[in-house]
Amino acid sequence: MSASSLKGRERDLATPLPTTRRVARWLRSDTLIAILVLTPSIIAVAVFIYAFIFWTIYSSLVLWNDVNPDYTWVGLRNFVRLLQTDRFLIDLHNILIYTVLFLVECIVVGFLLAVFLDQRIKGEAIFRTIFLLPFAVSAIVTGVAWRWLMNPDSGIDLLFRSVGLGFLHSNWFTDPNFGIAAVTIASSWQMSGYVMALYLAALRGIPGELREAAAIDGAGVIALYRYVIIPLLTPVTYTVVVIVGGIALRAFDIISSMTSSGPAFADDTPAFFMFQTTFQSNHFSQGAAIAVVMLILAAILTIPYLINISREVEG
Amino acid sequence: MTRAWSRGGIYLILVAFALFYLMPIYVLTVSGMKPYKDVSIATMWNLPNSLYFGSFVEAWKRVSPNFWNSIQITVPAAVISSLIGSMNGYIFAKWRFRFSNLLFLFVLFGIFLPYQGILIPLVVSLQSIHLYGSIPGLIFVHCVFGIPITALIFRSYFIGIPTELLDASKIDGAGFFGIYRWIMFPIAMPAFAVALLWQFTSIWNDFLLGVVVLSNPNLSPVTVAVNNLAGSYFVEWNVQMAGALLAALPTIVFYLALGRLFMRGLLAGSLKG
Repeated sequence: MSASSLKGRERDLATPLPTTRRVARWLRSDTLIAILVLTPSIIAVAVFIYAFIFWTIYSSLVLWNDVNPDYTWVGLRNFVRLLQTDRFLIDLHNILIYTVLFLVECIVVGFLLAVFLDQRIKGEAIFRTIFLLPFAVSAIVTGVAWRWLMNPDSGIDLLFRSVGLGFLHSNWFTDPNFGIAAVTIASSWQMSGYVMALYLAALRGIPGELREAAAIDGAGVIALYRYVIIPLLTPVTYTVVVIVGGIALRAFDIISSMTSSGPAFADDTPAFFMFQTTFQSNHFSQGAAIAVVMLILAAILTIPYLINISREVEG
Repeated sequence: MTRAWSRGGIYLILVAFALFYLMPIYVLTVSGMKPYKDVSIATMWNLPNSLYFGSFVEAWKRVSPNFWNSIQITVPAAVISSLIGSMNGYIFAKWRFRFSNLLFLFVLFGIFLPYQGILIPLVVSLQSIHLYGSIPGLIFVHCVFGIPITALIFRSYFIGIPTELLDASKIDGAGFFGIYRWIMFPIAMPAFAVALLWQFTSIWNDFLLGVVVLSNPNLSPVTVAVNNLAGSYFVEWNVQMAGALLAALPTIVFYLALGRLFMRGLLAGSLKG
């Protein structure tokens, strides 16, 4: 008996409790310091982004429609009311048109300019600088400039008239049917250079051998782009759709400074409606419901992309 | 021959687009340089008759207090969020622990958040910690929402630094902070330049957080002031244009001076850096 207990003690001395020791070493390690330094940022993101999203969702399901918070549960009533509001239906229609047109304009213009700049152009740096310049300017300033450029019978209309194209005269963003389309011209002015820069960087990354191989196979310029280059650029196009599409879905600044939502909400967006409902009319739950719809639209656009990124980071 | 023609065509298109991109800047500049009696919408495109800066002076009178507010908001927020980002990027790149990649994704997803989804809780909680309506409050908010993008910029940069460099200094007895202070911080200057420029531009250009967090117009950033000028029926439109150009000047100057860094920032921002 004593022999066996002695044996046991000997074993204990030889390999003293492995877990305790590992914990003790870990407590003194730099990894713990790293985790401690990271913690405030993680908490800030957890609270200000994730918890706040749930708080917004909760606010959209209660009765808080004046200055004082009222968390009486009303279920989906705010959403039902929203879908019965003409202004919101116009907004959904507008944001769909705005996002699609904005994306198409940015991708077509950005891609073409990148391809042209990739042809060993003299003065490439100057062109590139000019094309990307609007990206450094705020959407507010963009809105102010285009507000006057697109003022009916001024700005662009004057240019058209001076070159004999006066019939192209338009009501621009004051048009009740096409107003929102006019706004996309201003936002594409601001963002298409960014898309050009993304495409240009990707084009520069395509190895020359691929182009040469295609040329040897007898592919003409059109075939080269159609079958080799454009498919290789698909990941960039996908990135552009997610990033520029995300910016389009939350259009607010440019609407505010350019048109203030236009006549009969011709240029209104969910973000602008959300702001006025929440912070000017104090209908917090109603505003939260608009915000939740915006979150859903953003999620539909970004979640497949996020899954892709997760694979890249984890892999 | 056809080749020469097609090259000519390419230059023609490039020049046409260059004019399109410069057109609003031209109109902002010449309108700002015209005295009120000369600004008729019909002569919008004409060059000014004389060198006159009266509209800029008038616009500056209206937006300069907000311009200084923007500097007070943007400079500290860009510096602090870059410092936080450098620490987080250093940890995410070089101090792997269990779930660290998962935590990085948790942070990264914040980039895609439409702020409308958090504005109401943001206002309520800022009020309860007495940061609502103050410039330090807005700086705090910009620092929090800068965490995802700055972590991404610095993580991408630090991942390219060989780990042997860290191992060597660990053998020399350097710890977590020693390695940051003496190795990572000094070599991270290019990443700092990218992060600072990116944060400076996006915070300077911010409108939504500025208008929601700062309800007092005397504290508003310059974007809010320019927006209010544009909506005013009492301010001549050439003064609105001049004010807009003044508000855009700092980011335009930075962009023209540091274009390369700007380019790197936007590539990082697209998750392909």
